[in-house]
Amino acid sequence: MSIPDLIFYGVSLFVAVTAAYAVFTANIVRAVFSLLGTFFGVAIIYGLLAADYVAVVQLMVYVGGILVLLLFAVMLTSRIEAVARSNRSGGWGMGLLVGVCSGVVLVGLAFSAPWKKVAVLSQAMPTTEAVGEALSGAAFLPFAMAAIVLLGSVIGAVTLARKSGEGV
Amino acid sequence: MVTVGLSQFLSLAAVLFALGLTCVVTRRNAVAVLIGIELMLNGAGVNVIAFARFGGSIVPGSVFVLFLIVLAAAEAVVALGLILAMHKRLRSVDLERTETLKG
Repeated sequence: MSIPDLIFYGVSLFVAVTAAYAVFTANIVRAVFSLLGTFFGVAIIYGLLAADYVAVVQLMVYVGGILVLLLFAVMLTSRIEAVARSNRSGGWGMGLLVGVCSGVVLVGLAFSAPWKKVAVLSQAMPTTEAVGEALSGAAFLPFAMAAIVLLGSVIGAVTLARKSGEGV
Repeated sequence: MVTVGLSQFLSLAAVLFALGLTCVVTRRNAVAVLIGIELMLNGAGVNVIAFARFGGSIVPGSVFVLFLIVLAAAEAVVALGLILAMHKRLRSVDLERTETLKG
């Protein structure tokens, strides 16, 4: 077993454990900090799969942006002294049944389906230049539409979170 | 060079997706449901990148996952706004209490 394989299995275990902790812990702040480990691990998995640019974007957007947003949401909405029981859950039986069934089916499918694969993997190359050319060429229309979606979501979030009765 | 196959990466993605689904279905805190959605989106991203890597061309998959990450960020922003509005109106982020439309 080579070193990258060991990295893959170690990081996978780390991702699974931190994600499971985020799902099953009752403390929402601990869940968010556990999610930090999950996002880091997924970034390492992207790196192992030779998608270096996506790995960096994952670190910047998820760890730097979404995680901070989640922390803001937690701190703004729950009383810190009541944080230990701010995360009650209901319907564990059916929920666990849905999760375990979908997980077993998907993992079984991953191993049993006859995936079409290339015989020899290409050498891992830096992808930043190719991704930039794709974004300014073939994928330019979705790129511009993503900009409009981001603008709309910012305006919508400000409108939703504003104190009512202020301004317009 | 990684020698583990496509199936192992797909299994990791499946585990992430199943954990996120469990979180969305069982949690009552709106922020925890948002965490579950992010876990599922991460699983989908790992899935796409794994297929792109083992299917031969990584760049189209990378572009697709970039859009996925951008939309996840937009969704998180709007969800935060909704959670704040909900907390302002109901003084709670318990999804069991979002029943004001019930007659």
